This record gives sequence, structure tokens and C-alpha cells, in this order.
Amino acid sequence: MATPGRALPQPTPETQHFWDGTKANELLLQRCDDCSKVYFPPRPFCPACASRKVSVTKASGKAILYSYVIHHRPAPGFTPPYAIAVVELAEGPRMMTNIVECEQTPEALQLDMPVEVVFEPQTDTITLPLFRPAATAKG
Amino acid sequence: MPHNTVAVVGAAETTKMGVITDLSQIGLHADAALNAMADCGLKPSDIDGIACANETPVQLAHYLGITPTWIDGTAVGGCSFMIHVRHAAAAIEAGLAKTILVTHGESGKSRIGNPMRSVHPQSLNGQFEQPFGPMGPPSMFTIPVLRYMKTYGVTEEQIAQVAVVQREWASKNPRATFRNLITTDDVLNSRMIAWPFRLLMCCLVTDGGGALILTSADRAKDFPTKPVYILGTGESAETPMISQMEDFTSSRAFRVAGPTAFKEAGITHEDVDHLMIYDAFAHLPIYGLEDLGFLPKGEAAAFIAGRNTAPGGSLPLNTNGGGLSYMHSGMYGMYALQESVRQMRGIAPAQIPGAKISVCHGVGGMFAASGTVIFSNQAP
Ligand SMILES: [Zn+2]
Repeated sequence: MATPGRALPQPTPETQHFWDGTKANELLLQRCDDCSKVYFPPRPFCPACASRKVSVTKASGKAILYSYVIHHRPAPGFTPPYAIAVVELAEGPRMMTNIVECEQTPEALQLDMPVEVVFEPQTDTITLPLFRPAATAKG
Repeated sequence: MPHNTVAVVGAAETTKMGVITDLSQIGLHADAALNAMADCGLKPSDIDGIACANETPVQLAHYLGITPTWIDGTAVGGCSFMIHVRHAAAAIEAGLAKTILVTHGESGKSRIGNPMRSVHPQSLNGQFEQPFGPMGPPSMFTIPVLRYMKTYGVTEEQIAQVAVVQREWASKNPRATFRNLITTDDVLNSRMIAWPFRLLMCCLVTDGGGALILTSADRAKDFPTKPVYILGTGESAETPMISQMEDFTSSRAFRVAGPTAFKEAGITHEDVDHLMIYDAFAHLPIYGLEDLGFLPKGEAAAFIAGRNTAPGGSLPLNTNGGGLSYMHSGMYGMYALQESVRQMRGIAPAQIPGAKISVCHGVGGMFAASGTVIFSNQAP
């Protein structure tokens, strides 16, 4: 799914590590060294306890499909209908994404189905984390 | 200290509603503000406090000729006006101002003097949501709903019923944009926007505005209008990112703002005669009824489908037709407040006979913020 024209992120100092990670095919979260909270989106302190002692941790890339809509209107870089999804990572945090390698239908997109991260380069610097049905879930 | 000493004495919407091509956005503000001042016999020189959201209070104070001792530019989306009322009530009680104008105008359809804003690619939304193809509220505000439907076994037909019932209310309102009655099939067969949401489950896009004037309850007796007292208010915020809501079946901001207002008002749910829940999309009254404590989780869709909020039902809800059928310029909260005030004055097109307490609940952004105001026509 080459997707020229879609909106692309511009990293900030607080998020650069995440986008460096996706470029290297790694999904990076952060974990609090004080209270062990794993969180997303990136910030240089823990949203649970405000500790600045946090570490970057590599996620498994495993998730479940948590909720979504199937958008039927035109959007730059997309061919409708396409799903705009939220997945819940095995580590806990949720993130917005697209579900690829899958029919974009209510029948194919079942809530709680296992999905796994796949990295799609968009430019020399930006790679987006998308998700596809997990290997074990493919018919 | 309970907000039991402040009242709305002036209230009006813009002269026209719908598609307004002869006024810019600030002109819609001014039209509404002048109408509200005329409603209660005041001039700009009588106003010493001003609040607005999509224009700055500096612009409106200058444009209208007001010299304020108190300004509030809280802009957290469509519930900003509920929060303005809350802040204004506190300011009047604290003596920071005596007569406060809360004003709104929005060229949401014609977009005159209201440029389209884009999501900045360095913002959290711009980095972690926008790349995945959302195109504004219809494809974002709706994302949590499948999770709600699976959790509670709610059907698309039940969500469609919200729009059907609200159209019944709109049919009684001459100023409503859409007044023809619709069926569940009409909703389910309307154009697919973002499955499971069809066109008729989504709000209108119109132009309009509204304004409120608040003062102390003591002074309210000197005005020609019937005072509408503020019994209680609440506000809160959760997240600017729909993907980061704590619970996709419930709004934390609703669960803070609503009960705060009820506690301050000292009322129970059984005391409520009339209810407004900001309905940018058909699922919002469902979330609102539950998060405000009117119903246990998972029961609101069946409650609405069972006609309990319809004309003749026990809990009249969104009696102007709501954002789904009355009007929705983008930030709808002001129009919900106007309907609550009309109901408390006894002049609403679909008047609830004998209504004494009205709860008006707003959402800002996409479950990002919330504000609640509880009104009464009985002096506290
Ligand atoms: Zn922590």
C-alpha cells in the first residue's frame, strides 16, 4: 500500500526516538523506571507518576484490533473505503494505525483479532507503524 | 460555594440560522450579542465581562464597544460555552464583574472569516493520528463506538434510533434545519460516512450563533426577562487524541463534569425535567446518559430506542432537534444552552409543560473536554 499524499509526522525532540525506531523496524515505547508504567505517545517523563527516569523499550509488535471505523470518503493518500483503527498493544498502550493485508470490511475486521506490526517506509526519514492480521490468525 | 446566586437574564440566537452569506463569523457573534442585549434591555456599556471561544474576547470587546473588567477566552471546543457560564458564575460571585456576555458566532458552512485550520504535523495528533487518514470528526469521534457496541451488545439500528427520535423533536421546531420525520431504515440507508456511521447519524454543518448575558440573582429581578438560575456547573478535560481515551465506552471528562454539577446543584436525576446532551454524532446522547448517571452502563441505547427521550417520554432530551437536526455550526454547545434557557423560560417551540430543572451537557473536541450547566426557573 504505497500511500503518497497522506499526512506525515514531523518528529520533535521528545518523539525523535520513536520515529528513529520505526525507521529501523522497531516499535519503541517508554517505561517508567520508578513505577514500571509503559506508555505512549512519547514524552520524557512518566504520565502516571511524573518521574523523569524513563527508559525506551522495544515492543513485541503484537496487538489486538481494539476499535475502528471504515472511512468511505476521499482522503489524501487513501483509497476508500479504508479502516482507521486503534490497536491495543500487548504491552498495554493503544495507538491509531491502519490495518493492512486485510479486506477493509466489517466481516474481515473483527474486534479483538490478533494483529502484528508491519513497517511501511513513506520517505527517507519517516516509516509508519501499520498492523496486519497476525500470522496465527490468517485463515 | 454553590452557584446559586447567578442567573441568565439575556439569551438569543442569531437572527438567521442555516446558511448565512451576508455576515462573517465575527458578524454572527455581534448579531447574537446585540440580540441578547436587546432581549434584556442592555447596551454594550452595561457589560463588564466577556467570554468567547473561536474569536478572542479582545476582538469581541473591541468590536462590540465593551470595556471589560473580566475576560475569558477558554476555547476547548463545543462545550467552551458551558465552561464560560461556569467561569462567569464564579466571577460574578467573586465580584470580578457584574454583567457578563458569553457570545458565539460561527460561519461553519459558509466559512466567511473562519479559515479552515489544519492539524500541525509536529503536534501529537499530527504525529500519531493524522497519518492514518482521519478526515475530521466524522471519521475520528466515531472510532470508539464499535468497542462500545461489542461491549454492550448495542446494534446499528439502536444507534440509528437516536437520530429518528431527535428528528421528532425537530419536527416541532420551525427553526430546525431538518423537520421531516425519518425512519430507522432512512438512517441506515443514508450515505455511508465512516462505518458504522451513516450521514443521518452525523451532525449538520451550518452557520449561526448565540449569546447569553449573566448577572447576579439579586439584580436579575430588575430585568424584563424571566430569570434562569444557575444551580450547578462542572467542567473537565481528558485527551486531545481520541486514540488515547482511557475507556472507549465512557468519557472521563463527562464523568467528572456531570457529577460535579449535580453535586453543586444538590439535585438527583429524578429532579431533572429536561436534558440537553451535545449530539455531534448519534452515539453522544448514549454516552452522556450513562456517564451523567441517568442510566447504568450499556442501557442508554435501549432507553432511547424505547422512546423514553422522545416527545411524551419521561426524560425529554435534545428538544430543539439537536446537532443532528436543528443546527450545528461546529461548536454546538451554545445552541444547547439556548434551548435549556428557552425551556426554563417556558418559550421553547417544543415546550415541556411545567419543567423546572434543565441539565445542559456539552462535549469539546472529540471526548477531549466537557462542561455541564444545571439551570432552574425557580429561585434557589
Ligand atoms: Zn511512573
